[in-house]
Amino acid sequence: MKKLLKYVIADIIQNKIVLLYTALLLIISLSVFNLENSSAKGLLSLLNIILILVPLICIIFSTIYMYNSAEFIELLVSQPLKRRTIWLSLFTGLAVSLSVAYFIGVGIPILLYHADATGIIMIITGLFLTVVFVSIALLSAGLTRDKAKGIGLSISFWLYFSLIFDALILFLLFQFQDYPLEKIMVILSFLNPIGLSRVQILLQMDISALMGYTGAIFREFFGNSTGIILSFIGLCVWAIIPLMISLKKFKHKDL
Amino acid sequence: MIVAKNITKQFGKLKALDNVSVTFSEGECIALLGPNGCGKTTLIKSLLGMVVPDSGSIEFDKESISNKWKYRSRIGYMPQIGRYPENMTITQVIDMMKDIRKENNGSPDEDLVRSFGLNNILQKKMSTLSGGTTQKVSAALAFMFNPSVLVLDEPTAGLDPLSSEKLKQKIISEKQNGKLILITSHILSELDDLITEVFYMQEGRLLFHKKLAALKEETGEMKLSKAISKIMNEVTV
Repeated sequence: MKKLLKYVIADIIQNKIVLLYTALLLIISLSVFNLENSSAKGLLSLLNIILILVPLICIIFSTIYMYNSAEFIELLVSQPLKRRTIWLSLFTGLAVSLSVAYFIGVGIPILLYHADATGIIMIITGLFLTVVFVSIALLSAGLTRDKAKGIGLSISFWLYFSLIFDALILFLLFQFQDYPLEKIMVILSFLNPIGLSRVQILLQMDISALMGYTGAIFREFFGNSTGIILSFIGLCVWAIIPLMISLKKFKHKDL
Repeated sequence: MIVAKNITKQFGKLKALDNVSVTFSEGECIALLGPNGCGKTTLIKSLLGMVVPDSGSIEFDKESISNKWKYRSRIGYMPQIGRYPENMTITQVIDMMKDIRKENNGSPDEDLVRSFGLNNILQKKMSTLSGGTTQKVSAALAFMFNPSVLVLDEPTAGLDPLSSEKLKQKIISEKQNGKLILITSHILSELDDLITEVFYMQEGRLLFHKKLAALKEETGEMKLSKAISKIMNEVTV
C-alpha cells in the first residue's frame, strides 16, 4: 500500500490542478479575511464559499483522475497486488493530496486570522468534506465505465447535495407544515454531508439566526456538543460507505 | 500447473467463454489460436484475474485463484495493447514494477531492455512512444521478474523483424528453462519452432487441445499454418 501510495501522490502532484486548487483557496481565504473588518465575519463568508467550492472541486477532480488512471489501474491489476490495495491507495492518494491542499489553502489562513475553537472545527469539517467527496467520486467512477457518464453522475451528486436536497427539505416542510416534523428532519439532515457540515460549524458558532431549520432542531435535539459529535460520526459514515460500495464494485470489475 | 474448469464468461449478449475447461502443464509452450473475438484474450485475462468468470473455477498450482493475488508474482504478462501511465518515463515504469515485485526471486532480468535498446531511451515518456516501442517495454517487463509462467498476448504484433527475432530467441531460452509459456498469435509461421501444444478456440468454445506433433501427424502437414488451415476448412465446411 505504501509503495503504491508514493506513486499515486507523485502522479497527482505532477498534475498541476491540485496546485492551482491550493492557490485558489489561499487567495479566497486571504481576501475574505482582509475584506471583512472582523475575523468572525470573515470566517462565516469563508464557510459559505467552502461549502460550495470544496465539494465541487474534490468530486470532479477525483472522478476525472480515476478515469485518467484507467491505464495505471489496468497495469496494476495484472501484477501481484490485491485489488483492495490498488483501490484504497488511489483513494488515500486523492484524499491526502486534496486534504493537504485544503489545509494549506484554508487551514493556514484560518490559523493565522481566527485560531479559536470555531476555526479549528471549520478546518476539521473541511477536511472531512474533502474525504467524503473523494469517496463519492470513487463511487461514481466505479458505477460506470463511461467517462462522460461518470463525470455527469458526479456533477449530479454535487448538485443534489448542495442545492436540490435543501429545496426538497423546504418543499417537504411546506407540504407537511401541519405535522410535527422535528424528528424526521433530524434524521433527514444526516442524509446530506454538506448540510451536516454547515450545521456542525453553525452549532459551534452558536448563531441560531443563520442555522436554518435543521440546524435549530439539531441544537434543540442534541445540544451543542452532542450535536457536533453526532454530525462528525455522520460525516465518517459518509466517507466510508460510498468507498466500500465502490470497492466492492471494483473487486468484480472486468478490465 | 494451471487448471481451468468449465469457465463461462458473458459480456452482455456475447458469450466470450462458453464452458471452457483446460489444463496447462509446466514446461509446455502452448499456442492459443482461433479467429478474432473467439475468447483468447478473455481466457488469458481470466487466468490473470483481470476478468472474473461468471462460473467455473481456475486453479494455479492446485489453489483456486479467486480473490487471490500472490500467484500473480509468478506470472509475466505481456498484454496485446500495453497501456501505461502516460506521463511516466520508461525508467519510472520499470522502477515502479521492480518496486512492486521486488520480493521476487533473484535480480531482475534486463536482457530484453538491453537487446531492444530501451536503455538508450529510458527518459522518454510513455505517451511519446510508438506502438512497437511500447510493445518492447511490455515484453521487457513480462520477462524481467523470472516468472514461472509467461503469458504473451500477440507478442510480435507491431515489432520489427529484428526485435521479433530477439523476442523469439528469448522465448525459446525460457522454454528450455522449463517454464510454461502461453502465446496467442495470428502469425502461425513464427510459432512453428516455438510451441509444443496447440489450443484452438472458436466462438468461446474449445475446439481442440493437442500436441503439435500429433496435430501434424493427423493432418499430414509439416507446417503449423497448413495444418491449422486444413482443420479450419474442415470446421467451416
